[in-house]
Amino acid sequence: MSIVNHQSSIINRLQLWSLKKSVWVFHVNTGACNNCDIEIVNLLTPKFDVERFGIKLVGSPRHADALLVTGVGTRQAAKCLQEVYRQTAKPCVVFCMGACACGTGIFEGAYHVAGPVDNIIREVDPNAIIAYVPGCPPKPQAMIMGVVKALSALQPKEKYATERVGQTVVADPG
Amino acid sequence: MTDALQDLSWILIFPGFVFTLAVGLLASWLVRKVSALVQYRVGPPVYQPVADVMKLMGKEILIPQDAQRTVFVLAPLAGFSGVLLLSTMLWLATARITYVGDIVVAIYLMVLPSLALILGSSASGSPHAAVGASREMKLVLGYELPLVLALLVVIIKTAGLVEPGEQLSLAAISRHAPVLSISGLLAFIVALLCVQAKLGFVPFDIAESETEVASGVMIEYSGALLAVWRLMQAMMLVALPLFLVVVFLGGIDLSGWSLLWGIGKYVLVLVLVILIKNTNPRVRIDQAMRFFWHYCGTALAAAVILAMVGNYYGIAWL
Repeated sequence: MSIVNHQSSIINRLQLWSLKKSVWVFHVNTGACNNCDIEIVNLLTPKFDVERFGIKLVGSPRHADALLVTGVGTRQAAKCLQEVYRQTAKPCVVFCMGACACGTGIFEGAYHVAGPVDNIIREVDPNAIIAYVPGCPPKPQAMIMGVVKALSALQPKEKYATERVGQTVVADPG
Repeated sequence: MTDALQDLSWILIFPGFVFTLAVGLLASWLVRKVSALVQYRVGPPVYQPVADVMKLMGKEILIPQDAQRTVFVLAPLAGFSGVLLLSTMLWLATARITYVGDIVVAIYLMVLPSLALILGSSASGSPHAAVGASREMKLVLGYELPLVLALLVVIIKTAGLVEPGEQLSLAAISRHAPVLSISGLLAFIVALLCVQAKLGFVPFDIAESETEVASGVMIEYSGALLAVWRLMQAMMLVALPLFLVVVFLGGIDLSGWSLLWGIGKYVLVLVLVILIKNTNPRVRIDQAMRFFWHYCGTALAAAVILAMVGNYYGIAWL
């Protein structure tokens, strides 16, 4: 029994290592002004080159390990965001990029806002792993730091996001 | 019994599964690293492909509601086994272990990954995947003709050189380097572009273009099934450049220092493919078809005539 446990813990640790070393991100815009999106694309340029850390932009949420969500989450986009979250293969992390995604920013209480991104995601999955990177827009350095902090907070025990006890991972760039 | 065991160890361990996989993962790292260097980036560390595959193995497998489940799950395995057999066969051909008709089998096995990709993506029931599958199908129609014509040139060039009593096979072809003649060089360039399309690299990555059809043929695959596709692509990075080396560049000699020269040829072909990948934009499907049929087809018709003339008059450089 102990041998089995030992092996499974080794496999868990290897999986966690590979999850941290190879993060494929899918970019979702839920009504952003395009400023955060430009900064996200900036991450892939030679200056920041996040491929050094194994971070790669992918074209389909099925391939993604992390959703980079920008924008306030408008009523139109909220349903799509929930659908994209459901389609993402678990385990996955949701990153709220920018002031709007973290807490609706200057659009707080506006008629078209369905709430900050974390509320929208939690309607689908109450135990989702959500990280916040504030800023308008956040600097690319802050984004990299947010990703690093969120990943280092992952524990070997957690296998799927849905099995996790609700506890948010907060990445503060400051 | 021992023969069966030896065959099994060929397929599973030495030139087959384990060896090809290791070389393939290294080659796919090389692709990303050289691409990064071309773009003045640092690029991923050497263990990156391993980490990618291990991560995908641990992820959830999602199968769409509308998918034809059996085909959807079995298609990656079919493509994977096709590339595995191709690679084993090519390594055995470099070791002079061969049989009659292996050229035809090699052509057949090279179509298998594309065929599996078309089957798998059609079975997923996604409209994006359907667009990707139709593009892949047209691309296969486009590049198969020039590839077969290029092989025809090689066969014409080497048929006269085969010793009496010897069969015309990959091992016999790999003893000559047709690239050192005009027609052989033309055929090599066209075959290199066909390999580019087979690998699904820019400028012929039309089927899985990420910006237009969101990874196209691969869109619905996740977890371990996606990992099998990735492994298949990694192994194609071994098998297809090796095919070019065996057919056009005189093969790999497995003894002594000439082994290094053989590995050098393989790396040369791989780097050529990567550089073409990094210096070209993606073409449309109609442009790709026109390119392969009109331009490559015409060039190869000329090459076939040159090779026949050269063979008839005994001029080796034609």
